[in-house]
Amino acid sequence: MSQSDAASAEMYTSTGLPSRKLLMWTFIGSECMLFGSLLITYLVYRGKSVVGPYPEELLNIPFISVTTFVLLMSSLMMVLALAAVQRGDMKWGKVWLLATALFGSIFLAGQVFEFSHFVHEGLTLRRNLFGGSFFLLTGTHGAHVTVGVVWLLSLFFMALRGRLTRANAETVEIAGLYWHFVDVVWIVLFTVIYLLV
Amino acid sequence: MAVEGAIATDSVRHTAAVHQGTYAGGLGSWLTTVDHKRIGVMYGLSAFFFFLVGGLEALLIRLQLGSPESTLIDADLYNQLFTMHGTTMVFLAIMPLGAAFFNFIVPLQIGARDVAFPRLNAFSFWVFFFGAVFLNSSFIFGGAPDAGWFGYANLTSAQYSPGIRIDYWVIGLVMLGVSSIAAALNFIVTILNLRCPGMSMMRLPLFSWMTLVTAFLLVIAFPAITVGLVLLMFDRMFGTVFFNPAAGGDVLLWQHLFWIFGHPEVYILLLPALGVVSEIIPVFSRKPLFGYPFVVYSGVLIAFLGFGVWAHHMFSVGLGPIANTVFSAATMLIAIPTGVKIFNWIATMWGGSLRFRTPMLFAVGFIAMFIVGGLSGIMHASAASDLQQTDTYFVVAHIHYVLFGGVMFALFGGIYYWIPKITGRLMHEGLGKMHFWVMAVAFNLTFFPQHLLGLHGMPRRTFTYEAGLGFEAMNMISTVGSLLLGGSILIFLWNLVRSLRRGAEAGSNPWQGATLEWSTECPPPHYNFLTLPRVHSRYPLWEDGGVTSTAPTDEHRLPEPHMPSPSYYPVVLALGILVLGVGGLSRALPVVFLGVAVVLFGIYGWAFEPLERQTHPRRGVGRRSRQEKA
Repeated sequence: MSQSDAASAEMYTSTGLPSRKLLMWTFIGSECMLFGSLLITYLVYRGKSVVGPYPEELLNIPFISVTTFVLLMSSLMMVLALAAVQRGDMKWGKVWLLATALFGSIFLAGQVFEFSHFVHEGLTLRRNLFGGSFFLLTGTHGAHVTVGVVWLLSLFFMALRGRLTRANAETVEIAGLYWHFVDVVWIVLFTVIYLLV
Repeated sequence: MAVEGAIATDSVRHTAAVHQGTYAGGLGSWLTTVDHKRIGVMYGLSAFFFFLVGGLEALLIRLQLGSPESTLIDADLYNQLFTMHGTTMVFLAIMPLGAAFFNFIVPLQIGARDVAFPRLNAFSFWVFFFGAVFLNSSFIFGGAPDAGWFGYANLTSAQYSPGIRIDYWVIGLVMLGVSSIAAALNFIVTILNLRCPGMSMMRLPLFSWMTLVTAFLLVIAFPAITVGLVLLMFDRMFGTVFFNPAAGGDVLLWQHLFWIFGHPEVYILLLPALGVVSEIIPVFSRKPLFGYPFVVYSGVLIAFLGFGVWAHHMFSVGLGPIANTVFSAATMLIAIPTGVKIFNWIATMWGGSLRFRTPMLFAVGFIAMFIVGGLSGIMHASAASDLQQTDTYFVVAHIHYVLFGGVMFALFGGIYYWIPKITGRLMHEGLGKMHFWVMAVAFNLTFFPQHLLGLHGMPRRTFTYEAGLGFEAMNMISTVGSLLLGGSILIFLWNLVRSLRRGAEAGSNPWQGATLEWSTECPPPHYNFLTLPRVHSRYPLWEDGGVTSTAPTDEHRLPEPHMPSPSYYPVVLALGILVLGVGGLSRALPVVFLGVAVVLFGIYGWAFEPLERQTHPRRGVGRRSRQEKA
């Protein structure tokens, strides 16, 4: 991987953008449509459930605000990780990569806790439209965070073995693009699902 | 700039032996190939196979409808046949035939050695291939999907469609979506980033332009149907109530999600064909395309407007007069950029020295048939008129004039045009012309009467009709026409096989084409260009000095460029997705876990695969152009 990165760092492209970065941006565009369609499904079915539990009975805004804050802070960690790798400081690069993954995991733990709480209160996938659309939308986001955490941990272990160096800054940057996108999606979901109940 | 050596059209043909390696090698080399040309050939062969399967389904449908109250096929099998005919032709025949051309032609046209992500490209093909086999295996295991290619909710619910037929459809389409999005992302990056020096966007050949627009349509449109399919999958597998009206579910949500994808999908099928025609007509008119920027921007505008017209498929559901008016007007607007293209093609031919070789015949046939389909399209763009036509054979006639008379005619033209590029041999002109004329007559014989049947009120998707309604004669004509249409495909197949065995040698530029793909040998060596070209005009091969080499003159005896190594991981990852699909279908958790394991193995193997030999195709030229800048 390091060699392909070294190659791509000095590679000529028509736009001047590295191809892998352009790929990630285009993929993010496609993902916007995916989350957009899921969000529209959620909005179309808002207030359409014929049996409870209903959103206003369950959604715990203070709790989710905390995990949201944690997720947003993880974006800051990601920026610090990339900055460290770019200046060749692999020690702090490793620290911030691990911290980003850790904060992402805390967010995921919060989501697991929230989901099990909701199920305990009687809201399942099949209970009503709120259950189905809520779990599908936030679950899809959670799956994206999970992929991001696994990706960051992979980069961390590569760095531990010395296989991630300054020459791979682009690899970290692309993982960062994905991570920030997932965070931005959560800002939208948090606003629409929790704040606009 | 001083270091650039001028090269003539065919000066890159350096050793005769080089290109023989393009397709050499056993099964393993095809499984692991990352060469865009081999992947293009595999796309083309599979797509054509499924085109024959879909055609056979259509022939069975026509045989059933040839006479009233026929008992050849029962209602159940009929439902499977029309569902699979539509699904197969759209997703397994026309889309991958387009992908075959994207793969083979686009890197050559833009002067690149391969696509931006060769392994991702192989992955796209294998997921498509496994998805197609998966979908068609339903015929053997429990029956094929039978709810129409549009799969309207809640006919597809577990209550009304028990069994696994719809599961086959849902999982198969998700797999095909993964393949399409991966391929589209790859082609966007390839076309934006790997153009050779001098190839500005306004010098990009029309076919590559339309490929780019199509790829954008794919990445934007496919997520919508993916979400619809996931909702449906959850309803069927986990008992959610998304499309259950009793629990407040809205069946119209499916139609919106499906058609927000489904209408852009029409342009996903059409735009590559428009690109092919825009390549063929200038070459066989010996004139540059009339109004190149207008043709480009019309394609972009068609794609853009294509996202604002989906509800014209839903006029009869009662969205209300305002929605119907807006969608009617937006739909009619699309006639403008489409008309611009048609006028530009005709203006290109005007005053040109026309050569009616087989590709040109198909391109001109395309224009004529497509105009007929476009006119009937305008008719049901009007909501008032559409209410009379919905669910009748009029719509069947329209879609076949657009997709068969339109897209397939153009793609056949493309096959005749580019087959020398692919195989190094020309197809037979006489047989080609016979193919065209039999097909043109048979096509109109098959589908024109369906306009009249529709206006007389014959409903579509119904397995038979009563005698005495006045449908008999037209249906008989249509069935005879369809058999003749099948015969024309046999002429084509014979021509293809014959050309492989004893077709005339093509040389490097048999049609005196103007674009870069004709500057290499036929078939091209696996690295396409020994020295990467630099273009100086829109039609580089038609002008002296239109294309030069980026290599310094003293490096003329260059070693073969390093190309990406073959890799097993794309096919392994695709296989993992197939296993996941089978797991979902059988609801067997161990199979799902196996699929996840294979997918993870594929991803990590892929990411950490040693890339020593995987020098990037453009690396060399990058250094050189940096030197030039310096």
